[in-house]
Amino acid sequence: MTDPNFKKGLDALDQGPARAAGETVESPPPAGDLPPHPTVDALRDTFGEAILRHEVVSGDEHIVYIGPERNLEILRWLRDNPGERYDMLRDVTAIDYGNGAFLQLVYELWSIPNRRQLRIKIELPLDRLEVDSVYYVWRASDWLERETFDMFGIVFRGHPDLRRILMPYNYAEGHPLRKDFPLRGRFTRAEQTRRSLSLKTEDHYSPYEVELAKRLGQPLPSVMADDGGPGVPESGMPGIGAQ
Amino acid sequence: MAQTKKRTVVYNVTRNPQLADGGGLVHAPIVPVEGEVASDFDEDIHGTHMLINIGPQHPATHGVLRLVLELDGETVIKCIPHIGYLHSSFEKLGEYRTWNQIVPLTDRMDYLAPLIYNCAYAMAVEKMMGIEVTERCKVLRVILMEMDRIFSHLLWLGTTAIDLGAFTVFLYTFQERERVYNLHEAYTGARITTSATRIGGMMADLPAGWIEQLNHFVKTFPRTLDEVETLLTNNAIWVGRTQDVGVISGQDAVNFGLTGANLRASGVDYDVRKDRPYYDYETYDFDVPVGEHGDIYDRYLCRMEEMRQSVRLLQQAIARLPGGPVNVDDPRVILPPKTAAMNDMESMIHHFKVVMEGVRAPVGESWFSVESSKGELAMYVVSDGGSKPVRWRVRGPSFINIAALPHMIEGSLLSDVIAVNASLDIVLGEIDR
Repeated sequence: MTDPNFKKGLDALDQGPARAAGETVESPPPAGDLPPHPTVDALRDTFGEAILRHEVVSGDEHIVYIGPERNLEILRWLRDNPGERYDMLRDVTAIDYGNGAFLQLVYELWSIPNRRQLRIKIELPLDRLEVDSVYYVWRASDWLERETFDMFGIVFRGHPDLRRILMPYNYAEGHPLRKDFPLRGRFTRAEQTRRSLSLKTEDHYSPYEVELAKRLGQPLPSVMADDGGPGVPESGMPGIGAQ
Repeated sequence: MAQTKKRTVVYNVTRNPQLADGGGLVHAPIVPVEGEVASDFDEDIHGTHMLINIGPQHPATHGVLRLVLELDGETVIKCIPHIGYLHSSFEKLGEYRTWNQIVPLTDRMDYLAPLIYNCAYAMAVEKMMGIEVTERCKVLRVILMEMDRIFSHLLWLGTTAIDLGAFTVFLYTFQERERVYNLHEAYTGARITTSATRIGGMMADLPAGWIEQLNHFVKTFPRTLDEVETLLTNNAIWVGRTQDVGVISGQDAVNFGLTGANLRASGVDYDVRKDRPYYDYETYDFDVPVGEHGDIYDRYLCRMEEMRQSVRLLQQAIARLPGGPVNVDDPRVILPPKTAAMNDMESMIHHFKVVMEGVRAPVGESWFSVESSKGELAMYVVSDGGSKPVRWRVRGPSFINIAALPHMIEGSLLSDVIAVNASLDIVLGEIDR
């Protein structure tokens, strides 16, 4: 580890694919006469200024940018309006371009009756990563929003169970898919190991389950087959020892 | 106990009538209400409810899935899945790799149908870059994808049957899978981690005699399928364990974002190969099986029929496989032949640049989906003009399908949890990514 060149290499790895200074992202070339998309016109008529711009990428993929304030209203309209009927939410994710650029929140919609695709994007400043959840519009958004929260730190207001999904519940290093997150994590390997070994039984459960176990007067079931989970549990912890 | 009513799948229902008439989509799913736990909890049942934990290491979870179940006797009141035990951060890793270096990551997600993932990734990047692959490559990829659809459905069939106690089926399906493994190995050199595609083509053309081997498989495989059907389709135990278990309605399935056989078993005719055809799927003659009850048995019938349809597709694709190059003639993305790279300055420069810098994709993005064996698989690639992606996102069908598991099993028996979980055809490598 003392070799400066080796350390430099590792640091470069951590800094990741950031662009060189002065290099800017070119915006996509103007699409000329955009192929028409009936939904976009209808959206403009209904919501006016809330619809920011319309783009076409890769030939046939339509993107509509909207503001973060009225996303729930617009997305609900897209599902329920008899002319649109976007009944399938195929994807929710986000893109971080790095260097402090706005995060893009992406909804990918598909209408089964009309066989039509539409992508909705919302640009969020890094210091205000909050939008309304569409949990009650499409249940498909449940885990997708949780994943986006886990990986990018975007908070979905009104989601009934917004907690980490892929990373451990006690993960404290941040949101991994953000560009400012180093590839190997923020903590040292020793700290990461220490944390993963000191997980308590509660750390394996959602708040609902912990609450339920308390009300039932029943210890939380052990996650590992033989004992109360990895690491050293606190003494007197329910769920430890013979059951 | 056993219901003997005969069921078949319906072909090419244009649209589910439920969904087609207006207003059918107003949806009221069962959703947890804030404060539900506190208000609904009945103190009288103290001690009768039980919290149990299935997994993460449990053979019936098909990987490292963990389910926490709240039980009232043997009835499931609530189910909460916990995932992430296999999380490998593939999407983050992809941002540090060049476009071609990502291909080996894709087959490690769905190791049950690796070639579909290889092809889907290459297709998404090619669409973003505006590359049209050669005719031979298109047909070859169709062959590989349909072969892996059979490959994956066979595993699903074997493991689901073994979860429900039918051990024999597992032996039959794994014997057939072994033959596909051999085909994988003959072409790519690996049995699971195939990494067969490159941007703009394949890593190599087919070896001599490969098509004959595949032809032999295509000819003899349906016989095994028939044998398995005689073991299961009218088997009283199988029918009793699967019919009317894990039911989800068409509306709910769409709202939950289910895709693949899980969605079609509920009567919604949505197949990416038909709705947004890629690689000339519209010119192939095949049917999409659609169920009507949305239970495990219909999912079983749909998958069995999908395998037969894949055989039909394979026969047609083998018949039309044209000659010619398998890679595009574009030095920006494809390595020049080694002899040219050693003898000719320009080829050598191209070779150097593709190897050292990687393929450079123009600014753009593409959310491209194919019909994988598990459902709609989408690769979302975003480029800022460099040789590495800004974002590479995988919309995994298993990830979305498993999210509907609690909805399907709450209110059913504990033993049905295993059956329903198996019927969804999940692969944890792709759920956790």
